[in-house]
Amino acid sequence: MTTPGRKALLTVLVVLISAWVLFPIILIALASFTTRTQLYAWPRSLVPSPFSAETMRFFVQAQDVLQSLLNSLLVAAMTIVLAVLIGAPAGYALSRFRFGGKEVFRLGILGTKMFPATILAVPLAVSFINWNLYDTLLGVALVHTTLALPFAVVITTSVFVGVPFELEEAAMTLGCSRAQAFRKVAMPIALPGLAAAAIFTFVLSWNEVFAATILTLRNRTLPALVMNAVGLAGAPIDYRFAGGFFMIIPALIIIFVIRRYLLTLWGVTVR
Amino acid sequence: MADIQLERVRKMFGKVLAVADVSLHIKEGEFMVLLGPSGCGKTTLLRCLAGLERVDGGQVIIGGDDVTDHPPGKRGIGMVFQSYAVFPHMTVFDNIAFGLQMQRVSSAEIQRRVGEGAELLQIQQLLARYPAQLSGGQRQRVAVARAIVMRPRVLLMDEPLSNLDALLRLQMRGELKRLHHEVRSTTVYVTHDQVEALSLGDRIAVMKDGTIVQLDIPDRVYDLPATRFVGSFIGSPPMNFLEGTIRSSNGARALETAGVRLEFHGVPARGRDAVLIGIRPEHIAVERVPVAGGIPAGAIPAAVVVVEPIGPQKLLTVQVGPSTLKVTTPVDFAVDQGQRVWLRFDPSRIRLMDPQTGDAIAS
Repeated sequence: MTTPGRKALLTVLVVLISAWVLFPIILIALASFTTRTQLYAWPRSLVPSPFSAETMRFFVQAQDVLQSLLNSLLVAAMTIVLAVLIGAPAGYALSRFRFGGKEVFRLGILGTKMFPATILAVPLAVSFINWNLYDTLLGVALVHTTLALPFAVVITTSVFVGVPFELEEAAMTLGCSRAQAFRKVAMPIALPGLAAAAIFTFVLSWNEVFAATILTLRNRTLPALVMNAVGLAGAPIDYRFAGGFFMIIPALIIIFVIRRYLLTLWGVTVR
Repeated sequence: MADIQLERVRKMFGKVLAVADVSLHIKEGEFMVLLGPSGCGKTTLLRCLAGLERVDGGQVIIGGDDVTDHPPGKRGIGMVFQSYAVFPHMTVFDNIAFGLQMQRVSSAEIQRRVGEGAELLQIQQLLARYPAQLSGGQRQRVAVARAIVMRPRVLLMDEPLSNLDALLRLQMRGELKRLHHEVRSTTVYVTHDQVEALSLGDRIAVMKDGTIVQLDIPDRVYDLPATRFVGSFIGSPPMNFLEGTIRSSNGARALETAGVRLEFHGVPARGRDAVLIGIRPEHIAVERVPVAGGIPAGAIPAAVVVVEPIGPQKLLTVQVGPSTLKVTTPVDFAVDQGQRVWLRFDPSRIRLMDPQTGDAIAS
């Protein structure tokens, strides 16, 4: 195919895929900033007029929303701490050491992703009741950690692979112990990558709805609350739109602000 | 400053013997070069010395202290890595100061010594920069400064110039030599570049398969290679080797090759008849006529295969019987491919080797 033809095809594909992803998001975003009366009017214009935060305000003030937002943030924070504390050392070990069964271990980590969580739902709920973890934020965070760990390990492995071991060796010849060399040299250089792993973990925990729904009753995270309100209680469409948009906000922040920051950081530190 | 005593140092990687019971004494203030092809164990030996590899046998003694079980930071060494290993998240100043800070040297003293080191390496104006803003040569200087401000008892360098381009390498080589004359620290320098080894080393340890095959001053390593391997590894082009025979006639023993009797006085009184003749390209005279000064003896007929002008000289590839030799001639020596020439070996430069073992035969 000629170059202009190829380029045109590429453009069309990019536009199509972008539209497929963006169209619902734009619709939800526009609806979230339309007044509630207008949302129910027919025919109604696509673009809100007047532009109004009333619907969003309604959602935020709805019962339990703020509490479950706080729950979601707490669960995500616990998940990040646990996933990085467990995942980063595993990633470091995979990147630095040769040991028996390393490849099996590496595959096994990914293999856990093949196991459908649905099968675990009932035994997990029973175990959590026995361990007094049922309907607690820590319980949800533990499940989220399990879900996030494979990614945390894979990401941190590649991060530490990008930090040459010679740097740590140089630090050791300059008087560092093994642990000091890690803390003073490998760790600071790996920090942007570890932040990426943390953000990925946050998004995973923020979006996770299955475990959060079956393992909690009163201490719901935000997605579990919205899911419950929409699925069982039949929440009105203004609640749905506003809830949907609210859930997208972290992803938008990451795409527009943090991602660029991360890329420049990597560009400087990891050559 | 200190001397180094390696006693039967052994290092295995799985079943592979990387360093095979090497013993080596490096004098205080000496510049010792470990030279060899890749995989010969020279870098592993250096890393055993640095404490970055745990030895599987033997002892490492620095300045009389047995440091075999000491971690790298407790051996009083400074090391320069091939990849420089300059910390990318620190300024040049912090890089050079890193080791001093680890030793909890006072900040006034750190200021003074970093300044001193930077001056020695001529990087004073770069102290506030980050490594990403430096060229390869500048990073190399930072790495060297970082090692020497520690005032190590022993300075270790692992192929420090091989990541630099040719011109910069030449310049840094001179710098390192100047530095050694100023600092006079005991230095162990690993390289696969024989020119670096010859120009820098007080002594050279030529390594192969985890052992030292020759340990001597550069001139002797070059002129009197202990084995065929050393002769063919050092020199560019390397030493030529061709088959020779020792024949006895009328009670006298004489050296012959390609049916020509050579003028050579070092024929061993007894021993085998087949030998390997080693001779460096610059010690072979090339003539267009077989007779020089009316004496035809000792001129070996050869066919010119390739003629390469290489600046100050011409490099000829010639065929003598089954052997291919490299010889050098003045640039104005007119010769064409396919032409017949006569070779005359400088008798004082011929080195005889055992054709089976490759070891030099004492003459």
